[in-house]
Amino acid sequence: MPFAHALGGTRYNFDNLATLLARATPLRSGDALAGLAAESAAERVAAQYALADLPLGAFLNEAVIPYEDDDVTRLIIDGHDRAAFARVSHLTVGGLRDFLLAAEDVSGLGLTAEMVAAVAKIMRVSDLIAVGAKARVVTRFRNTLGLRGTLSIRLQPNHPTDDARGVAASVLDGLLLGAGDACIGVNPATDNIETVQRLLEMLDMVRGRFDIPTQCCVLSHITTTMVALERGSPVDLVFQSIGGTQGVNESFGVSLALLAEAHDAARARHPGANVMYFETGQGSALSANAHRGVDQQTIECRAYAVAGRYAPLLVNSVVGFIGPEYLYDGKQILRAGLEDHMCGKLLGLPMGVDVCYTNHAEADQDDMDALLTCLAVAGVNYIMGVPGADDVMLAYQSTSFHDGLFARAALGKTAAPEFEAWMARMGLGGDAIPEALSPALIGL
Amino acid sequence: MSNALELRRHTMARVALGRVGVAQPTAAHLAFQAAHAQARDAVWSEAALIGDVTVRSQARDRREYLLRPDLGRKLAEGIVLPAAPGALVFVVADGLCATGVAAQAPAVIAAARPLLGMAIGPVVVALQARVALGDAIGEAMGAAAVAVLIGERPGLSAQDSLGLYLTWAPRIGRSDAERNCISNIRPGGLSALEAAQKLAWLLAAAQGLGATGVALKDDMPATPLLGP
Repeated sequence: MPFAHALGGTRYNFDNLATLLARATPLRSGDALAGLAAESAAERVAAQYALADLPLGAFLNEAVIPYEDDDVTRLIIDGHDRAAFARVSHLTVGGLRDFLLAAEDVSGLGLTAEMVAAVAKIMRVSDLIAVGAKARVVTRFRNTLGLRGTLSIRLQPNHPTDDARGVAASVLDGLLLGAGDACIGVNPATDNIETVQRLLEMLDMVRGRFDIPTQCCVLSHITTTMVALERGSPVDLVFQSIGGTQGVNESFGVSLALLAEAHDAARARHPGANVMYFETGQGSALSANAHRGVDQQTIECRAYAVAGRYAPLLVNSVVGFIGPEYLYDGKQILRAGLEDHMCGKLLGLPMGVDVCYTNHAEADQDDMDALLTCLAVAGVNYIMGVPGADDVMLAYQSTSFHDGLFARAALGKTAAPEFEAWMARMGLGGDAIPEALSPALIGL
Repeated sequence: MSNALELRRHTMARVALGRVGVAQPTAAHLAFQAAHAQARDAVWSEAALIGDVTVRSQARDRREYLLRPDLGRKLAEGIVLPAAPGALVFVVADGLCATGVAAQAPAVIAAARPLLGMAIGPVVVALQARVALGDAIGEAMGAAAVAVLIGERPGLSAQDSLGLYLTWAPRIGRSDAERNCISNIRPGGLSALEAAQKLAWLLAAAQGLGATGVALKDDMPATPLLGP
C-alpha cells in the first residue's frame, strides 16, 4: 500500500510499508548502505508524519516481508495476541507514542515487532528512556533478574586461547568488583566441543566452590551446546545469536525448530527456569544480505519476536560491535542502544545491552559512558562486565567492571538480591581478596 | 589474604586494576586511553606500501571506505593492470590498518617467494581496499590465484596485525566462503615465515583441488615444514 505526505510544498511518496518504515528511521549508516534511508532530512520527517498517522491495524494487513516467504513473519502474525491488542488497537502509531508516554503500565499490549519498531522511529532519546523504564521484565534461574532497583552484569571473562586459568582469573577479578549476577558468560575463541566442555566444567567448578547464586554460559553455537548437553556437561544457559529474518537465521545456522529443540532440552535439565540467552544487533541481516529491503531497526525488533518465543533469561543487543558501516558513530550507537532496549522491553524481553564499539567506529569511552548512563536510567536489566573494558579475545571495547559499579552507584541500584546477599556474605568490597574467594580454591 | 595483582600472571586481560571510588585509577585509565588512541590512529594511518603497481578502490577517502564496504571491493575507473596469466599475484592492501601492512607484508612476500611452486606476478599495492578487491585485480591480470595481504582491524593490544586471504581463480563476485584465511600475522602472533609456510601449503592444495575456501580443508600438519 502506498503512502504520502506533503512537507514544505513537496509531496513525498512511499511505495509500501517497508519503505515508509525505512525512510522514517533516524539516520544510520546501515540503512544508507542498503539504499533504504531517506534522501533528505525533510523526507525523513515527512515519512515520520505519514507513519504517525498510520493505524496500528495496518501492520496486521501488510507484512514487511511476505508471510509465505519468511518464518519470522509467520511467527509474528500467527502468534499475535489479539485479545491483549484490543486495549490499543484503535490507536495510530502517533497515538501509541502518546499512550506509551502517558500510561503507567505499558506491558502486555499485544504489539507486534513492526508496531514497536514504528513507534520508536518517532521518539526522541528521552522518550525511549522514559518508556523503556516503565516496562519491567523479570526472569529467574539461580537468582532473580530485572527487579526494580537492580542492575545486573554479565561477567565476560574472555581469553584469546580459551586458557582456563586466564578465564578463571578474569572471573575472580569481576566477582571482586560485583559483576556476574546476570551470568558468567565466556565467548569461546573456537567452537571446538572439547574446549567448550572444558570451559563449562571450569565455570561450574568456580560457581560451586564459591557458592555463587548465578548461572554460567559458554557462548558457542547452539548445536555445539546441545552436544555438550547430551554429553552431560554442566550447561546452564543455551546461547545463540539470532536475527529478524529467516535468511539471517539461516546464515547463523539456526531455525525456529532448532531453537525450540534446544530450549526443551535445557528446560528438562532446569525445570521452571528461564534457560535461553540470545544476542542480536542492528545490521546483522544486511551483513548476511538477508534484510529483504527492510531497515535494520525494524529487523532488530523482529529478532525480538523470535527471542520472545523461547522465554529467555537474557537478551542483549550487541549494539556497537557490528561496525561503522551500520552504526557510524557514538550518536548512532547511543540511539540504537536505547531503541533496542525499549523495543525489546515492550515486546516482553529481559533486555540487556552490550554497550560497546570497535576501533574503526567514530566512538570512544565518553560515548559509552553516555549510553551506559541513559540505559541505567531506562532500567536496563544488565550490561557487560569486561576487565578494563578491553575484550582481549573479541578485540572490541565494552563496559568494565568499574563501569558497572559506577552505574549502580550513580542511580542507587544493587545487584540481583540473591547476588547482593552473597557479596555481603563473602565480605566483598575491600582491597584484598577475602579468604572465601581465595584464588587457591579455584586452582589459581 | 591474597593480593589481587597475582591474577595478572594468568591473563593479558586488564585485571587487578585497583579502584578509586567506583572508577579506575589514573594509571589504568590513561593506559587504556593510550591504547585506544594508537588503535584509532592506526585505522586512519597512511603508510608507504611497497609494490610494482598501485591501484585504488572506488572509495575516495577513509570515511567513505568505512561507510561503504561495497566501494572498497571495486576497482577505481580506468585502471590498467599488467597481465600475469597463470601466476599467483600478491595484493598488498591497506585495509583497516596501513601501518601494520607496511610493517609485515614485505617480510611475508620475501619468505614466501622461495616456497611457492608457481610463477609470481607483479606485486599490486591496493589503497582503500577490502579483501574482495583482490578478485577484481586477479581477474584483470588473468591470475591463477590472488593472495591479499591486508591490515586487520586494530585492537587495543595489537595495532599491526596482518591477514592473508588466498583465492583460487579470482573473479568478481567470489564469496568469502571461497577463500582461505591466515590471520594474526604479526610479531607476537604468527611470524612471517610461519605465514609463508602456511600459504605455500594452502596454494599447493588449491592447485591440486582447483579451488580455495570451504572445499579446501586446512589440515596442514602442526609441525612447521622448516625450522624456526
